[in-house]
Amino acid sequence: MLTKQFDPLKKKQLQILDENGNIVAKDLEPNLSKDQLLKMYKTMVLGRVADTKAVQFQRQGRMLTFVINKGQEAAQVGSAAAIEEQDWVVPAFREFSTLLYRGAPLYNLYLYWYGNEWGSHFPEGVKILPVNITIGAQFNHATGVALASKFQKKNEVVLTFIGDGGTSEGEFHEGINFASVFDAPVVFIIQNNHYAISVPRQKQTKSITLAQKAIAYGIPGIQVDGNDVLAMYVATKEAVDRARRGEGPTLIEAYTYRLGAHTTSDDPTLYREDKEVDEWIKKDPLIRFKKYLIEKGYWSEEEDQKLYEEYNDYVNDVFKQVEATGFYQLEDVFKYQYAEMPQHLVEQYEAYKHYLEEVK
Amino acid sequence: MALMTILQAINHTLDQQMEKDSTVVVYGEDVGVEGGVFRATAGLQKKYGVERCFDAPVSEAGIVGTAVGMAINGLKPVVEIQFSGFMFPAYNQIAAHVARMRVRSRGKYHLPLVIRMPYGGGIRALEHHSESQETLFAHIPGLKVVIPSTPYDAKGLLTAAIKDPDPVIFMEPKRIYRAFKQEVPEEEYIVPIGKAKVVKEGTDITVVAWGAMVREVQKAMQELEQEGISVELIDLRTIKPIDKDTILESVQKTGRFLVVHEAVTSFGPGAELVSLVTQGAFLSLEAPPTRLGAFDVTVPLDKGEHHYLIDSKRIAYEVRKLIKY
Repeated sequence: MLTKQFDPLKKKQLQILDENGNIVAKDLEPNLSKDQLLKMYKTMVLGRVADTKAVQFQRQGRMLTFVINKGQEAAQVGSAAAIEEQDWVVPAFREFSTLLYRGAPLYNLYLYWYGNEWGSHFPEGVKILPVNITIGAQFNHATGVALASKFQKKNEVVLTFIGDGGTSEGEFHEGINFASVFDAPVVFIIQNNHYAISVPRQKQTKSITLAQKAIAYGIPGIQVDGNDVLAMYVATKEAVDRARRGEGPTLIEAYTYRLGAHTTSDDPTLYREDKEVDEWIKKDPLIRFKKYLIEKGYWSEEEDQKLYEEYNDYVNDVFKQVEATGFYQLEDVFKYQYAEMPQHLVEQYEAYKHYLEEVK
Repeated sequence: MALMTILQAINHTLDQQMEKDSTVVVYGEDVGVEGGVFRATAGLQKKYGVERCFDAPVSEAGIVGTAVGMAINGLKPVVEIQFSGFMFPAYNQIAAHVARMRVRSRGKYHLPLVIRMPYGGGIRALEHHSESQETLFAHIPGLKVVIPSTPYDAKGLLTAAIKDPDPVIFMEPKRIYRAFKQEVPEEEYIVPIGKAKVVKEGTDITVVAWGAMVREVQKAMQELEQEGISVELIDLRTIKPIDKDTILESVQKTGRFLVVHEAVTSFGPGAELVSLVTQGAFLSLEAPPTRLGAFDVTVPLDKGEHHYLIDSKRIAYEVRKLIKY
């Protein structure tokens, strides 16, 4: 069991693919098909391109506040690749590439950050809950989804996420505890990107690792190199298999780094040094994964360049589509508050329509 | 005197009170090193050290709960909740403990603490960043709720809040944090909690507003004045306790009443004010006392928020209806 082999209390961290693209734990290398590996890589590239473009769109005044994911693609995709068709994702708000991998259309993801709730209305069959802005609440939701699956024998596993700062919220603890008591089939992933807005990880908790928090709940925990997509896959897969066997939840700490700002409203120069960022740029999850794929003969620099160009155009097109169609219908303001609009809302809606007609 | 925005006035007031009173401590998420996401606490950690201004873990219940303990044991915490939409984990502490410590201990313990939080819409923000929850606090016995709309009042009210022996919820209209500057005296002064301000005298209708809505009413008044409608504008400033006398005196003079707020309408602060006016100025009324609040819906994201926000046009429209009534 990896969680035994990589004991967080002994500061062990699971890594399979190092920052230079070398396999450092041959026996743990997952046996993934070329197709799956390329799907993972391409999703990470799409995530990176869409993320970078979103920041540009925001700077041009075309996009609203955007949560930046750059540098965390391996943690997001390695985990997502380890669950099955029937499984759920319960996100926090920095899982852009997870959502892409699990079938959320880029159009939706952009539409949400563009300021339209329809972005959270995913197509049929995409089992992803809306992005959660209020830190920590999603852990209890994930546990609830997992328990419902268990009680109804649905064979679904739930993958949920939080940040390093989120581990300080009560609901982080409540969610894991609740899940552990009932052996809920849920995998809790902490994307430790080292900053909660401006506050560094070491000021968030005295724990040496975040993974060790699992021990207090009597569940397995493991710290993983979050920039190593293979390690993230393997650790998550083990946790997912355990959950599916009815053996309960696992806590995974993805040790990663936010290369960009917290959001487009944030200025990281206020709280961290450029040289720290430079160190982490060397550990970029895309660089090492690309090397691995090229080494395996699955990919080439030419194909890579073409992919970036293709995604650049694709992302531009999707965003233009969002701009062309992302407006609000007036009824959207009122229609979805309840199954049926109660009288007081009908009256407010009618009075407002009347007002709009009169002031025209 | 110096020209300041609301945000600068808050920063200046925190600085002044920390300087004058060594028991004042300031903390919250990103409040220390960064000086807060809006920079309301910028420079305070540098000046007063990490034991008087610090970054809290991401834990709203922890922030408010520890403030209760600190207030009991000799400090005056002025804590920040980053956005009012994030206060719900702390609501248990606020409703069950902050509001009740004095009454439960029959005065043995009291809580001289301030909970600051930016609130309100109109900044094209993410989910949970635009709500106006003053009612959720005002409804709890034991809390005072204050909302400034100008830099001058921000300083005077925050100073009063910090000096108050009881807990004060200090809600800051973030939409107008940096909207305009005003002369703010350097020396300490107080704007009393529980006292509304007649911003402009008028004869035809009383309009009560607070926070960012005060400026919207003022815009509406420019339009209305040209039509010969004279509005008396009252900035409520304290949501609880309400300054009943100022409002009733005004309505007895004008005979008409409109309250305008960003919060959703049903069970909102407007209901309280309309009730107060109905009972206290019934015989003076020439039109039904009326509230203009937001629709009873979750604040829409940006692309729909313009429908939700109350603007000067809707205020003017509502005033005209009451004048014609």
